[in-house]
Amino acid sequence: MGTSFYNEMYDAAGGLRPHYRGLAEWLATIPPERLARKQVEADRAFHRVGITFAVYGEEAGTERLIPFDIIPRIIPASEWKALEAGLLQRVRALNAFLADIYHEQEILRAGKIPVEQVLRNAQFRSEMIGVDVPSGIYAHIAGVDIVRAGAGESYVLEDNLRVPSGVSYMIEDRRMMMRLFPELFSRHLIAPVQHYPDMLLENLRTVAPKGVANPTVVLLTPGAYNSAYFEHAFLAQQMGIELVEGRDLFVRNETVFMRTTQGPQRVDVIYRRLDDDFLDPLAFNQASMLGVPGLLTAYRAGHVTLANAIGTGVADDKSIYPYVPEMIRFYLGEEPALNNVPTWMLRKTEDLKYVLEHLPELVVKEVHGAGGYGMLVGPAATRAEIEDFRLRIIAAPEKYIAQPTLALSSCPTFVDSGIAPRHLDLRPFVLSGKQIGMVPGGLTRVALREGSLVVNSSQGGGTKDTWVLEG
Amino acid sequence: MLSRTADHLYWMARYSERAENLARLLDVSYQMSLVPQSIVAQNENWRAILALNSLESAFAAAHDEVNVDNVLRFMVADPANPSSIYSCLRAARENAHAVRGTLTAEMWESFNATWIELRQQTFEQILSRGISEFFDWVKLRAAVSRGVTFGTMLKDDALHFIRLGGLLERGDNTARILDMQYHILRNGDEGASDFYRWGALLRSLSAFQVYRKVYRDAITPGRVAELLILRMDMPRSLHACADGVVRMLQLIANSASTETERQAGVLHARLHFGRIDDILASGLHEYLTDFMDRIYDLGDGISRDFLVPA
Repeated sequence: MGTSFYNEMYDAAGGLRPHYRGLAEWLATIPPERLARKQVEADRAFHRVGITFAVYGEEAGTERLIPFDIIPRIIPASEWKALEAGLLQRVRALNAFLADIYHEQEILRAGKIPVEQVLRNAQFRSEMIGVDVPSGIYAHIAGVDIVRAGAGESYVLEDNLRVPSGVSYMIEDRRMMMRLFPELFSRHLIAPVQHYPDMLLENLRTVAPKGVANPTVVLLTPGAYNSAYFEHAFLAQQMGIELVEGRDLFVRNETVFMRTTQGPQRVDVIYRRLDDDFLDPLAFNQASMLGVPGLLTAYRAGHVTLANAIGTGVADDKSIYPYVPEMIRFYLGEEPALNNVPTWMLRKTEDLKYVLEHLPELVVKEVHGAGGYGMLVGPAATRAEIEDFRLRIIAAPEKYIAQPTLALSSCPTFVDSGIAPRHLDLRPFVLSGKQIGMVPGGLTRVALREGSLVVNSSQGGGTKDTWVLEG
Repeated sequence: MLSRTADHLYWMARYSERAENLARLLDVSYQMSLVPQSIVAQNENWRAILALNSLESAFAAAHDEVNVDNVLRFMVADPANPSSIYSCLRAARENAHAVRGTLTAEMWESFNATWIELRQQTFEQILSRGISEFFDWVKLRAAVSRGVTFGTMLKDDALHFIRLGGLLERGDNTARILDMQYHILRNGDEGASDFYRWGALLRSLSAFQVYRKVYRDAITPGRVAELLILRMDMPRSLHACADGVVRMLQLIANSASTETERQAGVLHARLHFGRIDDILASGLHEYLTDFMDRIYDLGDGISRDFLVPA
């Protein structure tokens, strides 16, 4: 994959790619002071509305603003069409995989994935075996991280099937761009994304338990101290549904109710932003104060739908990730449209040996890690950091995977020195219910530090508006 | 609406009202302490304020002597005293924060601004500017929050729970202020100073001009009691509060709340048909104690029926 980066705005010869022409012409007419002023205006507006996230590991209660970059990232219609097809294909296969391993386990019997990789996986929930879920959907909301490398081809970095977040920034970034630069929107045909909450609500309603004509949907949050609380409150408000905490719910006769001032009200669908472990203290983590005692019983009885389902983590686990292309072939009989990143699994002796010899070139990730915590980016790490990580790997190799350092694509970004290329990724959101669909676009995360390849907001990344052009 | 949401709104209103009435109570005590009297008698007044909130032992743990400075510091600015103005405004703001999405933006900003301004001043700064100015500020901020609430909120259950909490708290607080001051005044020496003390009590409840308008006569203890207990058109009277509580309960009633509504109805009827001569004859203190007990039971019932159902 080399060291040359794919620039989304300019080709290798320095020529402007056609879909960026409108933006480039506009940029040429804008004095830098105006851009700087608009950037300040955007930051101030985000602060006032309180669009923040909490950072773990810093002083308790620290709230930060995710930096917003005012230069949009543009995806032409044809590229989006291919990407969308690949995403829908992938999420269909992942849902089929989940339905299979919690029922017949045909893929295991066919020998496509090592049995112990699935059944001994900490994310495999035996409680879900034989449980039927509406429409056979487990991952109702999937946030699939996409990067472009090499000559611009797309790779799936990871499939987030548990409680993926970030969609509120996709919507707020668009709102902000329309406010700052309305003239840009009259020059381009940009596919809208603000109807995401409507689509999500409609999707959640289609997976209500059988026989419920007018389902009550709620959003379950861990509470105001969660890092994504802003998003929980935002989505609940946009969908017009109650934002509940565990203590607002109770289970009676295997049915979930919320405590309202008009007495108990039945709850049919729970869009939960709470990890499996905390959902039900009777079934999982007994110390959880955030969950609802008895929820699992009601769920298994089919009296309430959880979105996402319990036990989806086994499909987005980094040790299962290498097998997703095989799932697509097995369940859909199709060739995968999106690339997987080549992955070494360090529980394999020969993979471990290779990786330990090439640590400075590789990215090493914890199998169960997320959010950019606990990973090693070889080319950016100091020798001490690499040696430290080496010891951690040797102590428990099965906890890690390694991948080549991808030459992430870049896109012009407004930084202190002016407009300069910065690396980015994309998290589009796929919604599955009776039907499968998505809004055109997603959350673009950008590594604001020069040369950095880590886009996570907890590691100094920012976001930008993502334009999918129509026609 | 969610019971937890209603609970936060109700307590937001109660704490906000409590802070305001505490400012009123401390203000009247401070004003009265300026009227010539013995130091011993003065300190009795301050002791009574602590007793009113059952804070004697908490106070004793923090201060050696009951005197005006110590009691004011303890009741105004002590974060460790859960009944201080500081703690009440913090609790109001925390409850508002928890249901920010239910409040209008102006409401949230109003509660938040009160809290931010309070935190910016030390007790020494408050004293140096004059404690009465601070009490006026507390009353003004309460008026702003109340005005923004009524001026911007949809008239739905959220508003009804806010009003219910405010009315219940106000009824209780008016009864407390009246009980304490009436007791002190009745035991005081007769004389010209009484006029000032009754005047200060009325002023602290924004009732001085109302009294003049209603009675057009000298200030007598019986009339003061009548105004603050039985006058339906006096917005801080027990009658007005009970009337509001009954109306709010009718609006939010559910299948579990019949008994609570009945109790509120009884309380209201006693005020509606009560006569001041009977109340004074059977003992004002006993009457007010009974009223506060009934308010306490109502709060209990409201919690059980609506806010924290089993």
